[in-house]
Amino acid sequence: MHSLTFDIAHMLSGGLVLASFLMLYQDRLPSLINMLALQAAVLGLSVGWQAIAQDAPHLWITAALAIGFKAIAIPMALRRIIVKLDIHREIETVGGIGRTMLAGIALVALALQVVLPVTSASDALAREDIALALSVVLLGMLMMVTRRNAVSQIIGFMSLENGIILAATGARGMPLVVEISVAFSVLIAFIVVGIFLFRIRERFDTVDVTALDRLRGDGT
Amino acid sequence: MLGTLLIPLIAAAIFALKLPRPLACGLNVAASLATFIAALLLVAAPPPPGALLFVDGLNGFFLVLGSFVGFTTSLFSGRYIAHEHATGRIGEGALRLYHAMFQLMLFGMNLSLLANNIGLMWVALELATLIAVVMVGLYRTPAAIEAAWKYFILGSVGIALALFGTILIYMAARGVMGDDSDAMLWTALITAAPKFDAAMLNLAFVFLLLGYGTKVGLVPLHAWLPDAHGEGPTPITAVLSGLLLNVALHALLRFKMILAANPAAIPPGVLMIALGLASVIFAAFMLYRRPDLKRLFGYSSVEHMGLIVFAFGIAGPAANFAALLQTAMHSLGKSAIFFAVGPICQAMGTQRIDRMGGLTASSPFLGWSLVAGVVAIVGMPPFGVFMSEFLIITATFARQPALAVLLGLGLLAAFAALLLRLNAVAFGAPQGEITPVPVARTPLVLHLLLVLAAGLYLPPALAAWLHEIAVRVG
Repeated sequence: MHSLTFDIAHMLSGGLVLASFLMLYQDRLPSLINMLALQAAVLGLSVGWQAIAQDAPHLWITAALAIGFKAIAIPMALRRIIVKLDIHREIETVGGIGRTMLAGIALVALALQVVLPVTSASDALAREDIALALSVVLLGMLMMVTRRNAVSQIIGFMSLENGIILAATGARGMPLVVEISVAFSVLIAFIVVGIFLFRIRERFDTVDVTALDRLRGDGT
Repeated sequence: MLGTLLIPLIAAAIFALKLPRPLACGLNVAASLATFIAALLLVAAPPPPGALLFVDGLNGFFLVLGSFVGFTTSLFSGRYIAHEHATGRIGEGALRLYHAMFQLMLFGMNLSLLANNIGLMWVALELATLIAVVMVGLYRTPAAIEAAWKYFILGSVGIALALFGTILIYMAARGVMGDDSDAMLWTALITAAPKFDAAMLNLAFVFLLLGYGTKVGLVPLHAWLPDAHGEGPTPITAVLSGLLLNVALHALLRFKMILAANPAAIPPGVLMIALGLASVIFAAFMLYRRPDLKRLFGYSSVEHMGLIVFAFGIAGPAANFAALLQTAMHSLGKSAIFFAVGPICQAMGTQRIDRMGGLTASSPFLGWSLVAGVVAIVGMPPFGVFMSEFLIITATFARQPALAVLLGLGLLAAFAALLLRLNAVAFGAPQGEITPVPVARTPLVLHLLLVLAAGLYLPPALAAWLHEIAVRVG
C-alpha cells in the first residue's frame, strides 16, 4: 500500500488542498490569481502522475489542459480583466482569517470523515484522492460563500472545478469523454463568466455583488 | 433518434446567420415542430439502446412533453419577441442570439434526456443550464444581470456536486463491473446495481440529490429560480418551468432508480419526500407576499416541483403515475400561464401586481386565460391538475397518512395564496394603462384545453402507457 506511487499521488493531492488553504486568506486579487495558477499547476502534475500510475495516456490531455489552460491562459486573462476593471489594487475584506481557516479545517475533516469509511472497498489511491478532492470542492465553496467580489467568486468556482477534476482522474479508467467535456465545460463557463463580467462592468461601477443585491426587484 | 438532436442543432447554426426577424421566427417554429414530430416517431418505434443514447418509456415521456412545450413556446415566442424587438428592448444582435440559444437549449435538453452515459447526461444538462443563464441575462438590466449571476453561481455549484456524485457512482460500479466495462452506461448500471457497495451509493445519492435538486428548484436550493423566472424573457421563463426543471428531475429519477435497485442502500424516497415536502410548504407560504407577477409563478413552480419530487419519493406505481401526470399537467399549465403573463406584462408595462387590476374587464382574453390557467394550476376540478393532485394525496394516504395531512395543508395554503393574488389582478376596478400588444392565442388555448381534457377524460392508451412507465420507475 505504501508504495512510491501512492506517496507521490498523495503528496500532490495534498498540495491541491494546501493551495486551497493558501487561496482562502489572500485579500488581494493578483495574489489570489497567482494561487489559482499554482493550484492548477499542482493539479496538472497530479493528473500527470495519475497518467503514469494508471498507465492511462489519455490523462495526459487532461494534465496538459490543466497546466496550459487553467494555470497559464486563464490567470493571464483574469489579470487583464482586473486591470481593465481597475480593481487590481483593491483590498478585499475576507472576514476573520482565523475563522475562515478554522472553517476550512473543519470542512477537510468532514470530507475525510465522510469519504474514508464508505470507500473501504476501493484501493487506497482512489480513496485518498476522492477524500482530498472533496476537501478541495468544499474549500472552493467556502471561498465562494465568504467572498463578495465577483472575480474572487469565479476563482472559488474554478478551484472547486479543480477538485472535481482531481476526483474524476482519481477514479481509475473513467471514460475519456467525461474528462474532455469537463475541460470543455470549464471553457464555456469561463466564456459565460467573461460576458458577465463585462456586462456587470457596463452597468455598475463595482463588481461587488452586494451592489447587485440592492437592485433586486423582489422586496423580501 | 438523431432527428430530435440534429434538427435543433442545425437550426441553431442557421440562426447564427443574419436572418430577418419574421423568417427567423418562422424557422424557429418549423424547427421546433420538426423536433416534436421526430420525438413522436422516436417514441412510437424506439431503437435498441446504444452506448451513448437510448430511449425507454421514462425519457420518451419527458422527450415528447418537452418537445411539445418547446414547439408551442416557439409559437408564442414569435409575437412576443416581435413586440420586444419593436419597442427596442431587444436589439438585432440579441435577437439572433435569442433564436440560436433557444434551439441550442432544446438540443441540450433532448441530449440530456436521451443520454445513456451518465457523464453525457451531465454535460448536456450543464450546456442547457449555461444557455439558460445567458438567456436570463438577455435584457442586460441590473436586475436581469443579478438574476443571471445568481442562477450561474448556484447552478454551477449544483452541477459540480452532481458531477461529484456521478464520479462516486462510477467508482461504486467499477468495484463490481471491472475496469474495462460500461460502468457509466445507465442501462448497464441498473442491471448491476444490486451488487454495488451500498455505502458508496448512499454518499453518491446525497451529492446527486443536492446537485440535481438545485436545478429542479428544491428548497433550500431554490433561490435562483424565482429571480430567473422574473427577469428572463417570458418564452424562456416558460421553457424553464415547462422543460428545464423536468430535465433535471429526469436525471434525479435515473439515479433514484439505481439506488432503489440496491436493497442495502438507504431508500432514496425518504430524502426526496423530505426535500419535496419542505419545498411545497415553504413555497406555499412564500406565495403570499410576492409583489412581482412572474416571480409569483416562479414560486408556484417550486411548489409543484416539490410536489412531484415528493410523489416520486413515495414511490409505487400509484404515486409514480400521479407524479408523471402531475409533471405533464404542470408543464402544460404553467407554460400556459406564462403565455398569458408575458403579454399582460407587456401591455401593462410592469410586472408589479399592485399596479394591475381588473384585467378581465380591461383585457378580456388575457384576463380570462390567466384566470383559467391559475384555476387549473391550483388544482380545481375539472382540470387535470386536480386529478393528479388528488391521486398524489390518496397514494400518500395509503402509505403515510401523517404526511398526506402536511402535504394537504401546504397545497391548501398555495391554493389560497394564488387565488388571492389572482383576485387582485383579474377582478375589481381596472388599473393602469393598457397598450395593445400582439397575443399568440393558439398555444395558450391549446395548453388550457389539453389540461382540461386530461381532467375530463384520459385516453386508456395514454393511461396504460403512463402506468407502464410508473411501474418501471418502481
